Amino acid sequence: MSIEQFIDKEVKDNDVVLFMKGTPQMPMCGFSGQVVQILDHLGVSYKGLNVLDSVELRNGIKTYSNWPTIPQLYVKGEFVGGCDIVREMFQAGELQSLLKEKGLLTKASASA
Amino acid sequence: MAMDAHEIERLIKARIPDAQVTIRDLAGDGDHYAATVVAESFRGKSRVQQHQIVYEALKGEMGGKLHALALQTSAPGR
Repeated sequence: MSIEQFIDKEVKDNDVVLFMKGTPQMPMCGFSGQVVQILDHLGVSYKGLNVLDSVELRNGIKTYSNWPTIPQLYVKGEFVGGCDIVREMFQAGELQSLLKEKGLLTKASASA
Repeated sequence: MAMDAHEIERLIKARIPDAQVTIRDLAGDGDHYAATVVAESFRGKSRVQQHQIVYEALKGEMGGKLHALALQTSAPGR
């Protein structure tokens, strides 16, 4: 399987995927850490993929998304954005709306 | 390696002539910037598309020579 096929499968098989430096338990970069905090705060479940584990993945995801930086958030196979966009959307309530629309926020977490 | 704020502004304006660009050097080290880019030509485009245009303007320097650029983009009058 090529790296493009691997990434494609991951973002389509999982509702929410975060390509990040480090892991959700231990982010290795402040920008990745911010997105982890937002997702955890919303109580949404997601899969974290550590690009520091693989140079191929780190370069592959930049090409796949046409996006030069990490982190990168995918929801239902669609690229949502990097740290700045995710934070801006969260502050505006748009991230919550998007996740709710996709049925990914439970009632308990939606009111948080 | 660092990048000059004027150089960032010049590259963005070369690609987006109608852009109003504001750049702040966050750490004073020429390596961590926050840029606000407002352009009429952004209207109707998603945030991802707007950011992609700015990254294109920076010609691959983003993530390389330019380590960290916090970006906020919009069309005017929001």
